[in-house]
Amino acid sequence: MAQYEAGGVVADHDEEGYLTDITQWTRELGGVIAKAENINMTPEHWEVVDFLREYYEEYQIAPAIRILVKEMKKKFGPEKGDQKALYELFPYGPAKQACKIAGLPKPTGCI
Amino acid sequence: MAKKFLYINRKAPYGTIYALESLEVVLIGAAFEQDVSLAFIDDGVYQLTAGQDTAGAGMKNFSRTYKALGDFEINKLYVERESLEERGLTLDDLQQITWEDENEDYAEKPSIHLVGRAEMASLIASQDVVLSF
Repeated sequence: MAQYEAGGVVADHDEEGYLTDITQWTRELGGVIAKAENINMTPEHWEVVDFLREYYEEYQIAPAIRILVKEMKKKFGPEKGDQKALYELFPYGPAKQACKIAGLPKPTGCI
Repeated sequence: MAKKFLYINRKAPYGTIYALESLEVVLIGAAFEQDVSLAFIDDGVYQLTAGQDTAGAGMKNFSRTYKALGDFEINKLYVERESLEERGLTLDDLQQITWEDENEDYAEKPSIHLVGRAEMASLIASQDVVLSF
């Protein structure tokens, strides 16, 4: 099985790149996953990743893109809670790609 | 045009996969923006109880996910009164599940509605699609 490695943490991931054990996630590991996704993490990227982790912590699911946009808008305003802005940060799908970097499972309702 | 979908939940949350599968189908189906309601009947009422702890069972505690339903614009959770009473439960034993009404400055409103058996029957009869778990 393929693995990510960062700061001494070695974590298995599935064939799509999602962590097998989400409790292994660290920020460094998030950075490594981002690199594998060809994403150069900026504070704006981390904002989304942190938001997803908080959402998961509270509800035990990763939100679908529609929900992510809505909730980001509520929390950070319309500029960041915007589908296009989110796609610019995560070109292969904000919910999907950002969840992967956040160490979360593939979002429910991701089709 | 949106159809009326009702998901009926009759089983306890853990022990079988029905409750979790139902919840996943509901969340996935939410993308299609239909008129969705959930019904909790028989042991299905246990799915909504507060203070669930699955540590001993070694399963993921997905009870908090019901609180996310409001974000998915699913805010009609009908709980059968008789099913609660037969199990010695009241509304106070259930989680508080709310949704935010965007038209009223995000006012929090309860999603859970207690209905009697007869009312539940007519609710089921009024649907376009009924899915039973």
